[in-house]
Amino acid sequence: MSSLISSSVGEEQNMLLLLEVAGLQVQIAGRSVLEDLDFRLDRGQFCALIGENGAGKTTLLRAILGLQPVRQGSIRIQGKPASELRGQIGYVPQKIAFDPNLPLRTRDLVELGLKGNRFGFRGFFGNTRSAVAAALAAVDGEGFADQRIGRLSGGQQQRAVIAHALVRRPPLLLLDEPLANLDFRSTNTLVQMLGRLVREEKITVLVTAHDMNPLLPFLDRLIYLAHGRAAVGDVDTVVQDGVLSHLYGYPVTVLRHQGRILVLPEDPRQGMETACPAHREAEHGEPGP
Amino acid sequence: MIPEFPDLGLLHFLNDPSVRSALWIGTMAAMLNGVIGVFAILRSQAFAGHALGDISSAGGAAAVFTGISALWGFLGMAWLAALVLSALGLKRAGERDLVTGVVLGGGLGISALFLYLDATGSSYSGAAVSIMFGSLFGIPGSMVLPVILSAMAGLLLVLLCYHPLLLVAADPDLARVMGVPAAFLETLYLLLLGLAAAISALTVGAILATALLLGPAGAAIHLARHPAQAFLYAAGIAFFCVVAGIYLAYESFYWFDGMAWPVSFFVVVLVLLSYLLAAAGSRIGIRQGRQTPAGATR
Ligand SMILES: Nc1ncnc2c1ncn2[C@@H]1O[C@H](COP(=O)(O)OP(=O)(O)O)[C@@H](O)[C@H]1O
Ligand SMILES: [Mg+2]
Repeated sequence: MSSLISSSVGEEQNMLLLLEVAGLQVQIAGRSVLEDLDFRLDRGQFCALIGENGAGKTTLLRAILGLQPVRQGSIRIQGKPASELRGQIGYVPQKIAFDPNLPLRTRDLVELGLKGNRFGFRGFFGNTRSAVAAALAAVDGEGFADQRIGRLSGGQQQRAVIAHALVRRPPLLLLDEPLANLDFRSTNTLVQMLGRLVREEKITVLVTAHDMNPLLPFLDRLIYLAHGRAAVGDVDTVVQDGVLSHLYGYPVTVLRHQGRILVLPEDPRQGMETACPAHREAEHGEPGP
Repeated sequence: MIPEFPDLGLLHFLNDPSVRSALWIGTMAAMLNGVIGVFAILRSQAFAGHALGDISSAGGAAAVFTGISALWGFLGMAWLAALVLSALGLKRAGERDLVTGVVLGGGLGISALFLYLDATGSSYSGAAVSIMFGSLFGIPGSMVLPVILSAMAGLLLVLLCYHPLLLVAADPDLARVMGVPAAFLETLYLLLLGLAAAISALTVGAILATALLLGPAGAAIHLARHPAQAFLYAAGIAFFCVVAGIYLAYESFYWFDGMAWPVSFFVVVLVLLSYLLAAAGSRIGIRQGRQTPAGATR
């Protein structure tokens, strides 16, 4: 599938090149999870990493973060091996659940985004107030800045962790299934906020999801992951019967309706989970406006 | 050990060498345990803290048997257990508690053996009580300097690793992403926990060590609004409990006709009272809307 992108990147665009994944192979417990992954992301792009449960989305994010050993291939960020940039990439894990009794305000968590890896006395000096305020403002988090992190709603905790990741001004922000537990309204708020970050802060945002629909209006690039391989490009290039059928290894049909996309196996017995656009019931809503 | 000139009051209290040793050791135990205790609670490792205190009794008993000083006995055993826990490197809380329980059982078994040997072989018959429940007024003055130095070293290490320790406690995943050496900090933290438990065991006894470690820290977490406040409150509350406990034990000599009650008793009662007051206070604070109620979100 690398052919989809390799032709589209010219020499002059290398200035913009942010993330370059080449020939990436990852095995977990002897089983191949990612095989021969190739793609590039540019600066200031909003990208989605789409795939079913178990497709390897989290594994890819962890590999980019340097937390997942790689069997073969390379991951380069701004031209340097990802391992050298460890600690500079923003990451918002899927499972966020802080202890309600943690005596940690939202602003303390955000500040730890700057100081959390500082040993010695360096952490006690230097004014981080304005950086923290800016990160809180970027996620509209001023309203709960002084509340204990564990007592916020799920959506607010997520925004707090995004601010924690943003405060060190990362070139790349990775979010693992950020929409999984959000209701319809919170989903829209979050996706719009991420779109604004991409435009205004010029950072690259990579969001994993099993349903691409809420992200569609903002996406610059889509990475579709299945069977350890990926199709990469803009939405219209990737989400096509031919491309996805090749990826899945059996025929699939792409249905488009009122700007929404549904990917279905032609033979329902394939039992493939569809990129279902149905609104899932929210587990934690957000109280208040 | 027992005051001879009861009429001089506070001045005499402060002039008594065994009181002065007790105050020094107690202060160090309070500050270190307050601070480390907050981390123990933040990391949901209250049980490990409790276990290290109990296990250190084996070292205390071995120290009596072999004639080395109690501090090194407590510390040696607490560190041995800390290293075992760290080598097992357990992540899931349930698994961690299970293994901590198993290690605790083994440690107490060793303790039983040495206490038996102490009781049968040595002339010092009060060993078991003083190891388990402390005898702060009975600690030789020569122990003061080692306790001050090791507690200060522990506090300095906490300061040097303050932010990374806090981030690992808040969320180990976020810490790993920032390149924080989580495994190194885990071992370091367990060794600090062992040090705190050992000095606490010296102060109030191995069985009661957990009170000084968890009580003030738990109270502080109820009251504090941010991390630095939690650490300061915990150290302050622990300091108050220890000093007031020492004073009350000293004074109790006059209340009960020359039968002074143990320091550990007073310290532990004060710790319990502070915790209850803090818990009640934070309830009232929540009801008055000072903090978001915990039930509002999930
Ligand atoms: N710790 C692990 N041990 C064994 N298998 C794992 C582990 N983590 C992930 N896997 C396997 O790797 C595959 C990809 O997992 P993951 O990246 O979490 O998928 P996704 O995030 O797309 O749902 C899955 O098949 C999963 O079973
Ligand atoms: Mg996942």
